[in-house]
Amino acid sequence: MDFIAYLISGISLGSVYAIIALGYTMVYGIAKMLNFAHGDVIMIGGYVSFVATANLDLPPAVSIMIAVAVCTTLGIVIEKLAYKPLRAAPSLAVLITAIGVSYFLQNAALLIWSSNPKSYTSLFKFEPLKLLDGELTIASVTIVTVITGVIVMTTLSLIINKTKIGKAMRAVSEDKDAAQLMGIGVNKTITITFAIGSGLAAIAGVLLASAYPILTPTMGAMPGIKAFTAAVFGGIGSIPGAMLGGILLGVIEILGRAYISTQLSDAIVFSVLIIVLLVKPTGLLGKKISEKV
Amino acid sequence: MKKVKKLRKSTRSSLITYGLVILFFVIVQVMMITGNLSSSLRGQLVPIAAYIVMAVSLNLTVGILGELSLGHAGFMSIGAFAGVIVSTSLENQIANAPLRLAVSMLVGGILAAVVGVIVGVPALRLRGDYLAIVTLAFGEIIKNVINILYVGYDSSGLSLSLKSANALGLEEGGKVVLNGPMGAVGISRISTVTAGFVLIIVTLFIVLNLMHSRSGRAIMAVRDNRIAAESVGISITKYKLMAFVISAALAGLAGSLYALNFSTVVAKKFDFNTSILVLVFVVLGGIGNIRGSIIAAAVLTVLPELLRQFNDYRMLLYAIILILVMIATNNEKIKNLINRVTLMLDLKTKNDPKKGGAA
Amino acid sequence: MLKVNDINVYYGSIHAVKGISFDVNKGEIVTLIGANGAGKSTILNSVAGLLKTRTGSIEFEGQSILGTAPHLIVSKGLAMCPEGRRIFLQMSVEENLEMGGYTRKNQEAEQSLINVYDRFPRLKERRKQQAGTLSGGEQQMLAIGRALMSRPSLLMLDEPSMGLAPILVDQIFAIIKELNESGTTILLVEQNARMALSVADRGYVLETGRIVSSASASVLLNDDAVRKAYLGG
Repeated sequence: MDFIAYLISGISLGSVYAIIALGYTMVYGIAKMLNFAHGDVIMIGGYVSFVATANLDLPPAVSIMIAVAVCTTLGIVIEKLAYKPLRAAPSLAVLITAIGVSYFLQNAALLIWSSNPKSYTSLFKFEPLKLLDGELTIASVTIVTVITGVIVMTTLSLIINKTKIGKAMRAVSEDKDAAQLMGIGVNKTITITFAIGSGLAAIAGVLLASAYPILTPTMGAMPGIKAFTAAVFGGIGSIPGAMLGGILLGVIEILGRAYISTQLSDAIVFSVLIIVLLVKPTGLLGKKISEKV
Repeated sequence: MKKVKKLRKSTRSSLITYGLVILFFVIVQVMMITGNLSSSLRGQLVPIAAYIVMAVSLNLTVGILGELSLGHAGFMSIGAFAGVIVSTSLENQIANAPLRLAVSMLVGGILAAVVGVIVGVPALRLRGDYLAIVTLAFGEIIKNVINILYVGYDSSGLSLSLKSANALGLEEGGKVVLNGPMGAVGISRISTVTAGFVLIIVTLFIVLNLMHSRSGRAIMAVRDNRIAAESVGISITKYKLMAFVISAALAGLAGSLYALNFSTVVAKKFDFNTSILVLVFVVLGGIGNIRGSIIAAAVLTVLPELLRQFNDYRMLLYAIILILVMIATNNEKIKNLINRVTLMLDLKTKNDPKKGGAA
Repeated sequence: MLKVNDINVYYGSIHAVKGISFDVNKGEIVTLIGANGAGKSTILNSVAGLLKTRTGSIEFEGQSILGTAPHLIVSKGLAMCPEGRRIFLQMSVEENLEMGGYTRKNQEAEQSLINVYDRFPRLKERRKQQAGTLSGGEQQMLAIGRALMSRPSLLMLDEPSMGLAPILVDQIFAIIKELNESGTTILLVEQNARMALSVADRGYVLETGRIVSSASASVLLNDDAVRKAYLGG
């Protein structure tokens, strides 16, 4: 029974990773950049929803909407100010800029909310689910997280595969020049991608803060790195890959923590990643990219 | 004719780099003797030296090899803790502190090189972002593993445990060298500015000579075009691995130097953020530009100190400076402007060799 | 319809197109021929807005399009089918076509889709198939069909016969001729100069970034210098 409980909380954590990883993978697919500041947008999402609930006394749903709105705007602004001027720059330069943005967000949060951890009250206050005569208890936040994960992933798949803008995003990620020749505005598409990714980060921030209710300015860094490895794990640039990678990573982390070692759970996660990359260098669902001569 | 000129140019450039370091060292020494150096700045000299070595060695991977490594702090960590363990165990055997420092650093460097081989062999099969993510993962694994390591030392030698300090079963008078998440404690601080200076010179000697050697040119050929290099028969893996391992070994040396400058050091110090910090030095100093790495490492280590008057805002400022510098040096329009100016200046001097090359 | 006047294009410090002028009139097929590296594709990419033109002017339907973003040029009725086809390999045939009609209203795009399927029944058969699984000839048809989706008044084709078997080359050129007859003006870049001149009204011959001669296609076909250099004697 323990195992099932661990599995469920692994899937729950994995859903959060998957939501974050989707942001990484979409941006990577379209802008070919590693947006290292993505994890810090999660943190901002957590703090904004905290302020909305604890300080402004707004209902949970409204606080989530505000967090999503703020992060979406933030994502667009970051892209416009920091990344857009570097569209033609070497990827390393863009990476360092993203690191600069990450430092900026962390330190801005430090100034606004101080380094003292804030304790977050979960937005999901209903009773935990008790199954099998109380032998299996599932926390409310776990249920909400898994359901949210399913909704986000389905919606995003629909957007990417069925809508005009989603198809345009795929076209841009496959061949930027050809997409332009179709009349697709690359800049606009990239902006929309950042907006969606950052909005998802806000949702991840609320879920993460509800599950691990301590807010600090650096809280987004580690989940960010792990979600990024999840994206690589599943095959960076691949939407289903990010979902699969995220969930597997969450499950491995929780099971590793439960059965092997608490302190080594991160090491286990990263070891699995290395093994996968060595066996299949483009990740689980990644496509093989042939090298240009 | 052209070749001779080129060699001379690179030698001159190397000499300027050495000269710069020596000059800086002399100035610091004079300031220390005359008491003109603030104590906070003096305390930063050894870390600055360590970071310079870190930046120069990472530049070997990023700039010369053309591969992104996000786990350089992992090698620093290995060197740091190996150095501390060796130094503590040899405290009675080698009384002479500089000699003990040298031995500790050497062991730290060698151990980091060994791990460099273990990491490099599989990782270098991958390219680009995938290599970056694997080095990141290795860095995190190293941090995690050292975090649960307990090492003790008594008359029967070193003992090791993964559980707790008590599990080491040390004799009376035995010493816990590495205490899990608490890190290494009670380190005798034997690092000196002079040792840092020597290490920088040694590092420069190795890296600059490697760059200008036959193998160095092979490595750069691999960077510029893997497929072409392969077709002329340059063994990619061999050269890549060589550069990567040297880079790791130097990071290990820097780690030992760094750790033996403090009385305590924890594994968390050498995390992803430290790797990124060193990468920032390399990129801001100019990828492939060794002198730039040195200057950037020194300036950026001191900069947060200098920004202290801005207090709370200093890290924010640091971030903004980083972003602005990247945009200023990489934006197409700004770069074109700079290119055009340098092109105009170069036009006169470039005319002659061009004619020679065509004939 | 298209008026290119004294344009200069650079790749870094390489001067790839050196003061080229040419024009395309409504209803014509105009071809640019020349050896590999003569600057043919560079010219098309500059007109399409993908490359920056340093000096000179480019006018389409009397309006300057120099410096206009490529995606906006498409909506003015100037489409390009790029070298190497560049279809979206991971998308389905129909999705590729939909992308071609990106700038248009849904209803108009649907009508275009019907027209393209009428012209290329083969594409209709494979509409749900991933584009990457098509044969070379089918991919070229898809690339042309995709460019037609925006209902261009001027269609630029860059090396449409590249890498195709002779029988398919004939087919592609027949399609080009048909398209022109149904009212689309065409600017064609080809290495296969003989085929290009056989369908074209006029031609320009390029050498290392410069136009060395221009005349009606039939004159060029019989020109000794052109025959020697580009038509294999």
